[in-house]
Amino acid sequence: MRHLLSIEELDRAAIERIVTQAERFAEVSDREIKKVPALRGRMVLNLFYEASTRTRSSFELAAKRLSADVVNFAASGSSVEKGESLKDTVLTLSAHKPDAIVLRTPWAGASELVSRWCPAAIVNAGDGKHEHPTQALLDVYTLKRRLGPIDGAAIWIVGDVAHSRVARSDILAFQRMGAKVTVAGPPTLIPRGIEQLGCEVRFDLDELDGADIVYALRMQRERMSETWVPSLREYAATYQINGRNLQPRQILMHPGPVNRGVELSGEVVDSPQAVITAQVEAGVVVRMAVLYELLAGSGGARDPGGTGAEQRIAVPVGARQDRDA
Amino acid sequence: MTPAEPLIGGAGDPANILLRDVRALDPREGLDTRRDISVRGGRIAELAEPGTLAAADGQETIDGGGRLLAMPAFFDPHVHLRTPGQEHKEDLESGTRAAAAGGYAGVIAMPNTAPVLDSAPLLGAVREAAARQARIPVGFLAAITRGLEGEQLTEMAELAAHGALGFTDDGKPVASAGTLRKALQYQRLCGGVLALHEEDPTLSRAGAMHEGAVSAALGIAGIPTVAESTMVARDAMLAGYEDGRVHFMHLSAAGSVLAVAEAKRRGVRASAEVSPHHLLLTDDDVRTLDTRMKMHPPLTGESDRQALLEGLRDGTIDCVATDHAPHARDEKEVPFEQAPMGTTGLETAFAALYTGLVMPGRLGLAVLVERMTAGAALFGLPAARMAAQEPASIALADLDARWVAGEHGWESRSESCCFAGRALQGRVLATLAAGVLAHRDRTLEMVEA
Repeated sequence: MRHLLSIEELDRAAIERIVTQAERFAEVSDREIKKVPALRGRMVLNLFYEASTRTRSSFELAAKRLSADVVNFAASGSSVEKGESLKDTVLTLSAHKPDAIVLRTPWAGASELVSRWCPAAIVNAGDGKHEHPTQALLDVYTLKRRLGPIDGAAIWIVGDVAHSRVARSDILAFQRMGAKVTVAGPPTLIPRGIEQLGCEVRFDLDELDGADIVYALRMQRERMSETWVPSLREYAATYQINGRNLQPRQILMHPGPVNRGVELSGEVVDSPQAVITAQVEAGVVVRMAVLYELLAGSGGARDPGGTGAEQRIAVPVGARQDRDA
Repeated sequence: MTPAEPLIGGAGDPANILLRDVRALDPREGLDTRRDISVRGGRIAELAEPGTLAAADGQETIDGGGRLLAMPAFFDPHVHLRTPGQEHKEDLESGTRAAAAGGYAGVIAMPNTAPVLDSAPLLGAVREAAARQARIPVGFLAAITRGLEGEQLTEMAELAAHGALGFTDDGKPVASAGTLRKALQYQRLCGGVLALHEEDPTLSRAGAMHEGAVSAALGIAGIPTVAESTMVARDAMLAGYEDGRVHFMHLSAAGSVLAVAEAKRRGVRASAEVSPHHLLLTDDDVRTLDTRMKMHPPLTGESDRQALLEGLRDGTIDCVATDHAPHARDEKEVPFEQAPMGTTGLETAFAALYTGLVMPGRLGLAVLVERMTAGAALFGLPAARMAAQEPASIALADLDARWVAGEHGWESRSESCCFAGRALQGRVLATLAAGVLAHRDRTLEMVEA
């Protein structure tokens, strides 16, 4: 794996490989010394065009636990505000020869574009409303730790699917892992044609009982001013996951940050069924696994002498080289 | 004041060329047979049995070998030449050079320039520049509303007197029905065609591509086809009510084809155009987020594409228009959602449509040629005809020539073409535009007598 651009391009085996590696790193996290030297001397650049505290710090922590050097570059207060294009920013930062660039932008496909412009491994940390692959990987990891395999499990993704990159990555990832996915939400926030990703579509929660896992999406307040829903009150009345509709055997997930009282009632957030903090915890080990996979894992190593994309050769090094490949 | 010439530019020495033994195809003349065509002083002097004409003094000869195809040169009623103000994308010279390379003998330029072509002095200045710079004759549409803001009408009568062939706010819709009605009423005074970019902005919102399974998968805001078709239906009603003459631009939706057919059935004076990209590509081509596939209206679904093709075949859609919309490389080298909308089309239109529709038997060659030349008459201009004494406007093509779009670069300043890199068959080798040799492929041999 050279880059992590989307779940769409991952098969089940690749997802499982990352999850398994994350489980190994989870053991490290329980040790007194939480750091391993796997990526010593490597540089990870966080390039964020959107405000993000959680994802960015999760990547930062992951890189540091692998002993990589981390540079954070936020688009605000930088040359980007002076009108520099994405391409020029990336070319400029590439001059520092980062081994990996973790990229968050408001534009679909931006990570893929950047992967063509510079030799670093690119990790998509969210591209517009398209994908957020590390979120989906940590969701799969969280479910595996909690439930074991999710083959045949029924997963409902509830809320604003239209504006959610998490939803798109999760629909694909959960299905790759054998689960059946249903999306539910207001008709104005379920994109036309989403069923062609293989999921079912519902506009109410009448059959939520059939779910093994309920994944609530964040309902952003600005959607109301854009008149996607008549009011947050009505949204909550129709689509909130709460003590009345959540069954004791169901697992509750949420990508954070939670709007208590909107998409989730307070009592379910605090219930033992909620794995929301486990998801956050999984974020670090899964992102460690992703960085390790790209920079030290199979097929991801870089020619140390290589400087440009055209010179890049996948040199087989590292202990976890797949010898059958 | 004498009325301005409708088309301007394309000056040059009158051609003296003998096209020997070419396949002469002109659907309007009922012509499809091998002929010698003698062009003298820029006019078609004679069409004769193949191999019977000898080159006169000073006449160059192109040997068609019974194989090269001579057609009436094409006419594109919808191009963006970006002048004034955006000459980094295209200018009058480069845009018309691209047109000539594509087999066109006339184009109509859109007024969404910077500043907008919404006043007679500005129109006059651009026409003067075109007289000097354009390789082929160019006509101009002026804006319907000042600054394309959709509110106040431009001085339509004065603009028409200064050579505007009609009016359009292309790039933007006339969102207000009341404003469009006033323009239709004013048309009684000034004449000219009202060419309409149909889009309901409350439906298209911030959409960047067609709304469907692909936009759902990509998480990109979609533009529903009803954003176009509802406006076509609305404006057809308005045009019928005011007995106005309207032309529906760049149709992209099956529903729009239905609305145009219905309007024509009711006797509304309406015509319509479709672009090569809407006839050949769909939103599936947007999956890779190649910004060359971002245009306005967006590439739609396969059922829309089929309806457009059927509409073109049965005449509901009158003509092909490229909506040649050049952009600079750096403007397109950005994430898809940030990229401007538009693709070039002049240099690839014939080959792309020949390869994609004629070769697989989806559209007859004669119908394609008719639809690629029909735009002139829709704007009150004479269509190119291959008949004696007519001004020589002829496109000469090799239907066997295979090429990859863009492999030898582009005449346009813009390389942003949705067909770039595609293997095409059929290549325009020479273009005579209003009696002047406006384009000649470097591979084409011309022998001097």
